[in-house]
Amino acid sequence: MEAIVAEDVHFSYDGLQPVLNGVSLVVRTGEVLALMGENGAGKTTLVKHFVGLLKPRRGRVLVFGVDTREATVAQLARRVGMVFQNPDHQLFAETVEEEVLFTLRNMGVPPHEARAICDAVLREFDLARYRDRSPYSLSVGERKRLALASVLSYDPDVLVLDEPTAGQDYFNKSKIARLVNGLKRRGKGVVVVTHDVEFAAQVADRVALMAGGRVVREGPAAEVLTDAQAIAAARLTLPQIPAAAAILRERGVKLSRIPLLPGGLYAEVIALLDGGAP
Amino acid sequence: MALVELIDVHFRYAGSEEYALRGVSLEAEEGEFVLLVGPSGCGKSTLLRVLNGLIPHFYEGDFRGVARVAGLDVPKTPPHVLARHVGMVFQDPENQLFLSSVEREIAFGLENMGLPRSEIRRRVREVLELFGLEELKDRAPYELSGGQQQKVAIASVMALEPRVLAMDEPTANLDPISALEILSLVSRLTREKGVLAIVVEHRLELALRFATRMVVMDGGRIVASGDPRRVVLEASRLVGFPPVVVAHQLLRNRGLIGGAPPLTPEALSEEILGVIGWRR
Repeated sequence: MEAIVAEDVHFSYDGLQPVLNGVSLVVRTGEVLALMGENGAGKTTLVKHFVGLLKPRRGRVLVFGVDTREATVAQLARRVGMVFQNPDHQLFAETVEEEVLFTLRNMGVPPHEARAICDAVLREFDLARYRDRSPYSLSVGERKRLALASVLSYDPDVLVLDEPTAGQDYFNKSKIARLVNGLKRRGKGVVVVTHDVEFAAQVADRVALMAGGRVVREGPAAEVLTDAQAIAAARLTLPQIPAAAAILRERGVKLSRIPLLPGGLYAEVIALLDGGAP
Repeated sequence: MALVELIDVHFRYAGSEEYALRGVSLEAEEGEFVLLVGPSGCGKSTLLRVLNGLIPHFYEGDFRGVARVAGLDVPKTPPHVLARHVGMVFQDPENQLFLSSVEREIAFGLENMGLPRSEIRRRVREVLELFGLEELKDRAPYELSGGQQQKVAIASVMALEPRVLAMDEPTANLDPISALEILSLVSRLTREKGVLAIVVEHRLELALRFATRMVVMDGGRIVASGDPRRVVLEASRLVGFPPVVVAHQLLRNRGLIGGAPPLTPEALSEEILGVIGWRR
């Protein structure tokens, strides 16, 4: 199902320098979309349109059929939960627990339910032991988890995660990958803004590459993340496995395709050996 | 003599019950690129703070053990003296940059050291060139991209000509091309200037190729240290495998490949060419 539809979106902060230059993109439920590109490509500006924090100067954005110009941020936020790159932009309560409870109250969840949900998400994100501490006493990684926990607590239909893995260690990165997969299985739409190509290779169904305020390539992750030219145009690097496979091809090895993940590369090598390669 | 020498260092932050460092010993020499990894809260950042004397001089707590950097006894040396020998770079360059131009930003630390003007000019020119920042010298740091800002932060630290560069997740917020640029620049400083770089970084797929040594921490202790190709296998429980190592493991389990794992796509493809018996 189409959750968010951006149609020819143009935007500029100062009315002079265009930041988005005609972006058209669809976010579907039950799917993970990775929005990728170098610093300054327009990724964060685009996703701010998905919750109505910014409105297009030209074109339009529909959230479950509603034009974002005709809805308040509070209305849109119930359907689309946004977790910012810098957690300090959304944390403000006195304690970790209050942060989550505030969000739940704001979204109209009754107090007795809110308490139970709050306990569950704090446990889930390994934050329960900090419940009475100030969010500002936590590390950056922990503050990011708190921002994520408080948005997930009210169960929006679409989640937008801006650079969720930046500065996260291996355990938390794996946890975020499992979380994203779990949300997808539950039918949520997930947009991951990231320049972590390995993380995108792990979790994304579809990838949209942005450069200079445009979507320059969009398609299944297995195609886009193995397309050396498109990746270079977006000033990203190929993930390691497609990079290794591309070198093999350059050296004349006949691969049936450029694989995205280690298992795919392994299968290609086995096929070459079985097929009695040169 | 080792440039950094830690012997059985313990540290507990005031107000905390647990020790953040629980018997850390580490020796590192000039020219090394030490990749320091481990789960959040394992003590990596605390270790870096010992190197430039923030611990025990600024952070209060219980410090025990021996810490020597560039021959100086850390607990007995004032931080401003240590700062000449140990440069610190953090995840977020915005917290480090505050002046109106790149050039002034780089000159600031040198002016504080009370160096003569001619010497300040020489060093500013040198790092601008080394870091490819000449064209940006009159720009305000806040106008620059994240990658450029991080370069300016490192340049202003390197202008002080420290022998040790301690970096706490310097590329966490950067796109992969900017991150690789920063890390290869640091690698060049270790090779050409003999700087000892100790770099905390979670993304092994970016950083491992530059490391001359990999040090893994867990629970306030160093649990593995040495050749990255060996340590990457020992530490996977804590820091995971980069994809090239996973592919190598699959081929190895099938008996097609042996030895230490590759750390880059280039090295992996070489090994695969060997497996399939490719002749040019």
